Amino acid sequence: MSEVKYSKEHEWIKLDGEEATIGITKHATEMLGDIVFAELPEKGSNVDKDGTAGVVESTKAASDVYTPVSGEVIDTNQMIVDDPSKINEDPEESAWFFKLKIKDKSEMDSLMSKEEYEKFAKETSA
Amino acid sequence: MNIKKTSLNNLHIKYGAKLVEFAGYQMPIQYKDGIIQEHKYTRSHSGIFDVSHMGQLFISGGDDLTNDLEKIFPADLKKLKTNQSKYSFLMNNKGGIQDDLIITKTSDGFLIILNAACKYNDYEVIKSKLDNQYKLNLDESLSLIALQGPEAKNVLNKVIPGCDSLKFMNGNNHVYKNEKVYITRSGYTGEDGFEISIKNSDAETFVESLIENGSKLIGLGARDTLRMEAGLCLYGNDLDNDTSPIEANLKWAIPKSRIETEFVGSEVLKNQFQSGVKKLRVGIKPDSKVIARGNTKIYNDKNQEIGKVTSGTFGPSVEHPIAMGYVDNNYSTVNTKIFLEVRGKKIPANICNLPFYKKNYVKGEINV
Repeated sequence: MSEVKYSKEHEWIKLDGEEATIGITKHATEMLGDIVFAELPEKGSNVDKDGTAGVVESTKAASDVYTPVSGEVIDTNQMIVDDPSKINEDPEESAWFFKLKIKDKSEMDSLMSKEEYEKFAKETSA
Repeated sequence: MNIKKTSLNNLHIKYGAKLVEFAGYQMPIQYKDGIIQEHKYTRSHSGIFDVSHMGQLFISGGDDLTNDLEKIFPADLKKLKTNQSKYSFLMNNKGGIQDDLIITKTSDGFLIILNAACKYNDYEVIKSKLDNQYKLNLDESLSLIALQGPEAKNVLNKVIPGCDSLKFMNGNNHVYKNEKVYITRSGYTGEDGFEISIKNSDAETFVESLIENGSKLIGLGARDTLRMEAGLCLYGNDLDNDTSPIEANLKWAIPKSRIETEFVGSEVLKNQFQSGVKKLRVGIKPDSKVIARGNTKIYNDKNQEIGKVTSGTFGPSVEHPIAMGYVDNNYSTVNTKIFLEVRGKKIPANICNLPFYKKNYVKGEINV
């Protein structure tokens, strides 16, 4: 069973065993508008919880993408680099950003459930 | 300070606008379709822009008005025919741009369209420079609607027949619902189009009728990407008090006949015409997909800082990142290799010609 959790920086993370897939939420894409550029971390690099692990840019502005957990980058999604508009189309499935080999599963504990995130997103955007 | 609303505020909400504060007004940054779709619709069909936050300053009274305005603005106002418009500047004594504006000669004086953020200050400056001798009216009972794009003439002609005979940078009085409207053929998107000055109380029904004829409301976000592709400056980003029209590469807007004459800032400009300038506004095209926004530092191939980006985005029609900025004049030649510092990395780019997107204006008579 995979577990999906959410961060206050509007990332989602899906954990399958040791492998964590990370992307940005639909709510985040709605706030950003049309995404025209994506930059991803390098494969093989190590990223630390809450550190910068990429960038997305809309026509309006640039925003950092943070990693909600620490780990080694084992894969990145070239599709969203080649066609950043895919992030607006399917942010929580095919337009994932990167995969990590998670370092410490307990880092998942502080993240939000879907219900908690939806409540958080509604409150912060009001 | 209370945030102001234009007469189209309810319409913006009705059509799903995301509203932001801009120059003291609540304005639409985008509607439901989003910036890219709105941008492309303007280029392929037509877009409606609420620019009612901009100032509409009417000046009239007195035979010396043209002479006295020429002491302020570097435009050839004596040659201007009634209903003709010119792009010009309000400058300070150092030749820095306080505002960029459009001056139109009307039947009894002049109409000057001012930037929203500058308009109240411009009013005071112009009034004091004219020694309070003339009637100045910064008319807030009027809205200003821009209709831009290849279909603009057809859409507007259905609502106000006859307006398609206007030439670029010319205006005329027309009638809408028994009320006078003033229409100029102008705009700021790089497309053919019109700006319609209309009573606040008629603005909403007028815009609804443009929508019924196939046009769509477009927000400030797309207005910004459209004007950048067209190589046009945004006051506050690309133009400011410390930058002259010569440095801004807007020399074309100062007619030869005025260079030797006196106006506010003329000494500095005359000097710059003769000796050249140290910095110059240029177009910038990054080699990669990386976007360089305003304030991005520009370097030469020896890692020396040579300038700064003032506007940058992704151009939806040219499908590539675009930017403009100021560089040391030694690096302003087209195809000069430069580097943009984005998130700590030096991104290669080239100086390029402006505009990024080719204009499609309806040519009027040639004005020298």
